[in-house]
Amino acid sequence: MRFHFKTSYDQDIRLFPDWWNFSLYALLLVLLLVMPWLIDDFYLGEMTNVLIWAVAGLGLMILTGQTGLVSLGHSAFMALGCYLTVNFMDTGMPFLLAFVLAGVVTGVVGAIVAIPALKLHGVYLSIFTLALAILADDIIVILDHWTGGVNGIYAPEIWIFGFEINRWAMPASWYYLALGTALFVTLIYRNLLRAPLGRAFAAVRDSEISAQAMGVDVARTKTLAFGFSCAFAGMGGALMGLFAGAFNNETFNFLLAIQLLMMIIIGGLGFIHGAFLGAIVIAFLPQLLAIGTDTLGINSVPGLETGVFGMILIAFILFEPMGLYGRWLKIRTWLELFPFARRDMFRRQKTYLKTERLR
Amino acid sequence: MDVLQLLLSGLANGCVYGLVALGFVLIYKATEAVNFAQGDFMMLGAYVMVGLVNPEFLGLNFWVAVPLALLILGALGYLLDLTVIRFMFGQSQTSVVILTIALGYVIRFAAGLIWGHEPVNLHSPLALGDVRMGGVVLSLADIAVIVVTLLMTLFLFQFFQRTKLGLAMQAASQNQMAAYYMGIPVRRVQGAVWALAGVVACVAGILYASKGTLAISAGFIGIKAFAAAVIGGFGSLPGALMGGIIVGVIEPFAARYLPTGYSQIAPYALLILVLVFRPHGLFAQVRVKKV
Repeated sequence: MRFHFKTSYDQDIRLFPDWWNFSLYALLLVLLLVMPWLIDDFYLGEMTNVLIWAVAGLGLMILTGQTGLVSLGHSAFMALGCYLTVNFMDTGMPFLLAFVLAGVVTGVVGAIVAIPALKLHGVYLSIFTLALAILADDIIVILDHWTGGVNGIYAPEIWIFGFEINRWAMPASWYYLALGTALFVTLIYRNLLRAPLGRAFAAVRDSEISAQAMGVDVARTKTLAFGFSCAFAGMGGALMGLFAGAFNNETFNFLLAIQLLMMIIIGGLGFIHGAFLGAIVIAFLPQLLAIGTDTLGINSVPGLETGVFGMILIAFILFEPMGLYGRWLKIRTWLELFPFARRDMFRRQKTYLKTERLR
Repeated sequence: MDVLQLLLSGLANGCVYGLVALGFVLIYKATEAVNFAQGDFMMLGAYVMVGLVNPEFLGLNFWVAVPLALLILGALGYLLDLTVIRFMFGQSQTSVVILTIALGYVIRFAAGLIWGHEPVNLHSPLALGDVRMGGVVLSLADIAVIVVTLLMTLFLFQFFQRTKLGLAMQAASQNQMAAYYMGIPVRRVQGAVWALAGVVACVAGILYASKGTLAISAGFIGIKAFAAAVIGGFGSLPGALMGGIIVGVIEPFAARYLPTGYSQIAPYALLILVLVFRPHGLFAQVRVKKV
């Protein structure tokens, strides 16, 4: 077990608490960088998929995990990011600029959308965002001049500094694009958490009224949370659409938003690691199920994926509400304290619900 | 006459939404949770009915099957509470919301496994006749929907206002601990309300299936029922019915008078407007937030 003897306040907000921790993440980064030489093209494509889901998941994580606002409508912002990127590229903008600009614009739109949503609490916000996601589907069809409507559009060629990013000719190029984006977003996310704004997010999540009493501007904090969240979701959506090669309104169905929410819950709400772990589950579950049904010799069962996904989610909410990463934290604590860990250390406190309704 | 016809068919559709919304409101009123799987409950109720009535399955008489189906769904609702929901006791609203979304997935999967993904028709005596009044044509099913929904709302409203169990449900939702102190068996009361919600969903399902074809994706009308419940304000039974009727009536008029593509937006646009300007619905119940 390691002890941190703190001698300055800076130690509380360092990016890495100690050298051991830093070297672990450095090792992980090196492993991710040499991944194209370790695994074949198919699994590299799957890894790219994981990273793309993780980018979008980090977006939702800021809103749901950090600020405690449950959104069921992030597919709308993913769609916005994707269509904006393509439309910016059509005007002759280089890909990187179009991609980042699309993220920023999506973030601004998200922040504007957040303003009427500020008054809404809990379930009402979820339903509001769900309605947005459903509206987005129809709006994509209406704006077919820019979006291609139900026919969809094919992803344009992507060039970064004279280097073509092509999924089929060179899968590693797409992998590095996704990895770069994921690193970029993770770094912003991590730094956000160390900054006053990140603390304000957590304060609003834990108790809005206490946050207000501590001098946190709740409305501003929520708006910014929406902004950052939608910006990342937009970038994730752009990557998702471009990686798929072709996309239409169905690609960004509201079910995508629900899947994204389930993903971060399975991974672990409120942890950066959670978004990545959840993305691994969501990307590899179909493969795993396909292998499972093949070995059992069953024909493919329609809806099996979502059914199993739902059951996994129920199991997690009942038995491990902190998700995969929470489970790992418990295992780690157990190992660190061995043999002194106690069973009830992580027991949920008994709570009783009280409503704000008077009738 | 055209307008009247649209109005009446919208009314019948709206009553189905209203019935599903009643299920939301029931559970919200008694447990403060929102059941996102209510639409899928309705779908399940309809499929249970299909399984009992249709000749390729059991082939029972329709009127024998109705109480059976209601009983099955009620039992399922109670079992669901016993095995899953009860573990969420005292947890926050949002975890229950996510849990019920996942339940919806599982229910759709299970129904697909049992009854297949092909659309089916319920062999219902309500689906047969038409009634002509002046220039307006109404199917028997439409009339049944309207009548049953009105009766159901009246019954549930009285149930919550008058009976001991109804009052216990309201108390349990407002303050669980205080309800315990008053000697209310909170957990059992919650089980009862989930069973009741199952029964209401089954009624909605039978009526829905009588009106047209049934598919696994039928549960997604739950989303329109959300619009209904929000417009009425969660927690108000007549509000849910009103909201359902508003959504149901807006739909055919939007389809008739708005260009295609814009018409299916109408209910959701209304939902967003209501949420923005009256965040707690037209029949609001929240005053000031307490710490």
